[in-house]
Amino acid sequence: MSEENVIEVVELTKKFGAFLAVDAISFEVKAGEIFGFLGANGAGKTTAMKMLIGISKPSSGEASVAGFDVYTQTELIKKNIGYMSQKFALYDDLTVRENITFFGGIYGLSRSTIKEKIKVLVTDLKLENIIDQLVGALPLGWKQKLSFSVSLLHDPKIVFLDEPTGGVDPITRRQFWEMIYNAADQGTTIFVTTHYMDEAEYCDRVSIMVNGKIEAMDRPKRLKEQFEASNLNEVFLKLARNSKSD
Amino acid sequence: MKRFIGFVRKEFYHIYRDKRSLFILFGMPIAQILLFGFAITNEINKVEIAILDHAKDATTIEIINKMASSKYFSINRYLAAESQVEGVFKQGKIKAVINFEKDFGEKLIKNGQSTIQIIADATDPNTANSITNYIQSIIQQYNQSININQAGGTQVFMQTHMAFNPEIKSVFMFVPGVMTIILMLVSAMMTSISITREKELGTMEILLVSPLKPFQVVLGKVVPYILLSIINAIIIILLSIFIFKMPVQGSLLLLGAESVLFIITSLSLGILISTIAETQQTAMMISLMGLMLPVILLSGFIFPISSMPLPLQLISNTIPAKWFIIIIKGIMLKGVGIAFIWKETVILFGMTLFFMGISIYKYKIRLE
Amino acid sequence: MKTIGYLIQKEFKQIFRNKGMLPIIFILPIIQLLILSNAATYEVKDINFGYIDSDHTTSSRALIERFSSSAYFNLLPPFPSFAEANSAMLEGNVNVILEIPNNFERELINNKKTGLGLTVDAIDGAAAGVESAYVNQIVQGFNQSISLRAANRNNVNGLSGVITIIPSYWYNITLDYKTFMVPGILVLLVTMITLFLSGMNIVREKEVGTLEQINVTPIKKSQFIIGKLFPFWLIGLGLLTIGLVLAKIIFDIPILGSLGILYFYTAIYLLVILGIGLFISNFTETQQQAMFIAWFFIVIFILMSGLFTPIESMPKWAQVITTFNPIRYFVEVVRMVMLKGAGFTDILPQLWKNLAYAILVNGLAVFSYKKVN
Repeated sequence: MSEENVIEVVELTKKFGAFLAVDAISFEVKAGEIFGFLGANGAGKTTAMKMLIGISKPSSGEASVAGFDVYTQTELIKKNIGYMSQKFALYDDLTVRENITFFGGIYGLSRSTIKEKIKVLVTDLKLENIIDQLVGALPLGWKQKLSFSVSLLHDPKIVFLDEPTGGVDPITRRQFWEMIYNAADQGTTIFVTTHYMDEAEYCDRVSIMVNGKIEAMDRPKRLKEQFEASNLNEVFLKLARNSKSD
Repeated sequence: MKRFIGFVRKEFYHIYRDKRSLFILFGMPIAQILLFGFAITNEINKVEIAILDHAKDATTIEIINKMASSKYFSINRYLAAESQVEGVFKQGKIKAVINFEKDFGEKLIKNGQSTIQIIADATDPNTANSITNYIQSIIQQYNQSININQAGGTQVFMQTHMAFNPEIKSVFMFVPGVMTIILMLVSAMMTSISITREKELGTMEILLVSPLKPFQVVLGKVVPYILLSIINAIIIILLSIFIFKMPVQGSLLLLGAESVLFIITSLSLGILISTIAETQQTAMMISLMGLMLPVILLSGFIFPISSMPLPLQLISNTIPAKWFIIIIKGIMLKGVGIAFIWKETVILFGMTLFFMGISIYKYKIRLE
Repeated sequence: MKTIGYLIQKEFKQIFRNKGMLPIIFILPIIQLLILSNAATYEVKDINFGYIDSDHTTSSRALIERFSSSAYFNLLPPFPSFAEANSAMLEGNVNVILEIPNNFERELINNKKTGLGLTVDAIDGAAAGVESAYVNQIVQGFNQSISLRAANRNNVNGLSGVITIIPSYWYNITLDYKTFMVPGILVLLVTMITLFLSGMNIVREKEVGTLEQINVTPIKKSQFIIGKLFPFWLIGLGLLTIGLVLAKIIFDIPILGSLGILYFYTAIYLLVILGIGLFISNFTETQQQAMFIAWFFIVIFILMSGLFTPIESMPKWAQVITTFNPIRYFVEVVRMVMLKGAGFTDILPQLWKNLAYAILVNGLAVFSYKKVN
């Protein structure tokens, strides 16, 4: 696995009026990493991610994703990344098959490629029974797995996951992370935001955002040592307490 | 009771915070009243006509002058031949051509008879009919005037009084209609959307599980819109009175009471719609397409009901707006009291109970 | 190109799967076209005619006889006094009241001049004008016949004569209001449905979150917009077709002009409407807001389009405003082409304006659609 950076962020900032949602953050993500972008709700994670995936313009700072600039080359970025939104946004009134076909199509995959992908997904995810059901009728866990698979359809270099396990039971969450590991093993970089601190343990490296700033960034093991905590949740609480007392 | 008030307050927050919708809710009635008051009228005014004068004598010139001085027409062109008529109509500006036959004045004196042809573009039958009638009146008056000078000519004078609307302001006819439409649409549509939104978002179940009784939930949803509609009604009435000098001959109190009754009728209709519609979109479309057009066209608002074919007249009886328009016109323009409109009031009352009854029935079915 | 194909396919699937909306898009307009075209008429007939005859002479009876034999009037039993007739008018049972004074015939014979009193319920000003004109015509007819008889009795020659008036109605010989209103209502329905559907559609994707998902893909703005608008454009043309078929079969509305011109114009007109819908959806957050704003503008546009009331009757300033109203031109073109057989050159002025609007509105809409915030 090469050690090149697929995401480089320098002093990235986003202001809404006087409110600093993202305050001059800097970090890099290496190819093939599972990078966890942690923080409490409202810490600025989603805002930061939106800038990286090219749907929000930064107020200042620099960033490049997959080698492309987030100010001037957003369309190229979008060709090379996948995205799974918080709402698992698939079309409720289309079937599983139709959703896959649609998203594959707009990423420019050929009909035969799409057919291949569907075959693989049916086997891997055991979709035989639901492939022709409307997505709206599926339980949340299925929507989640599907949403993730759709984001990978065009074999992107990087996949951005925004709170991918919200509202899903622990067993399904575990299964989902298996899927993430598989993708990472194939060389895909995973950028995942979450407020579940226990999931952070699954990542190669994590950063913790508090009030728009990155207050800590390292491998989970090292963070626990640094903060004398037994799990990342404690790390986070300590950080949060510190920032309150500032 | 406190719970209920808390619930009503939440509903007010919803409405108040949606500034765009609020703007439309109040802006729409005002815009419509202004439009109808100042711009919309189906009376004809300065219609462009053309003259085809084969005679060009003193008589025709005199008749043409009388036409020119009428406020109904504007004489725009003089044609030279019949063949030009088609082209002129196709262009669309000229609505009628007055055709004087050759030697018009001479024939009138020598033969005691001559002919004028009024060629009207009847694609708009209303304009065609009105123009023809007005032209006929002018010609007949002229005819009578030249006949009086002969012995034996008689004159019948007509003294005409336009009751309830002496200056014939078209706004008098439209304002009651606009008020009715706005009240009905806002009340029915807003209520149905508000309830279906809770259904769609899933928060309806939360409300139903709460200690609030179902009828309290519905009532709480409806109360803010009653207030909004009353404010709307007041704005419309004030605008009519002060800008258009529309009278309120009858009792304001009665007007207010009947308006509240109608608002409640519309609200109950909205509730009924919300039991049928699953999504907000459906509720909106039913209210707009299924309610607005029929109400505008069948309630007597613009088109007189008596001129419609019988089946439509019967359907028009099922529309609450129709009865309310009669009530408003009666109170505002004719100054009648409850004695003259009790029938319509009872009908509105009955409709309200009917809509509520069905809604409750459907609701019970759902619960089972 | 293929991307657009995928977008369009998805849209159609969604539209036709929406079981609740399908009847509203197709069946409701049809029902409305059928019902409302029958309702929309300004024709004044069955005028409830009340009278008070204080004269009771041959002349007064002859006058009343003319009203009773007229197709316009519905003669009511005579009222004993004006107060009672007025009461009936307050109740809404009488449209016009004619008062014949008790010296009617005497004055006519002795002084050659006599008077009548007419009271018209003028709440509907336009109808009142027409009713009053009808009454006048009948009275003048009565007067003329008396004049002629008197002249013959006195053997007076050199009477100035009678002007015969021949009305001639073109394009709509029977003055059938349906002929006038059906094309207009068709315009109305096609416009409303296309506008509401397109406006709400994009906002719904915003509400649900799929719009964001699409914004992250490499889809170009133009591809997305074309993919969104094309299905509704087709639906608009489809509705026009259904409407025209119904108009011909059920109402026997003439289609004198070329259908090709009609479709060509509609195709461009729909682009304007869809553009407006798109524009609205760029600035609203919820479906309700989109719906409201669309409703607001549609009602104003339609009222000021000459559909129900003539533009010539509006004050000058209002007429100026209507020159910016695309619906006005569509109504004009549809009526001109269908009812008068207008040709391509006849509708050029409207066509140019329409084209300009299509470019302007869609340009604005595309420009204001932001993939990046």
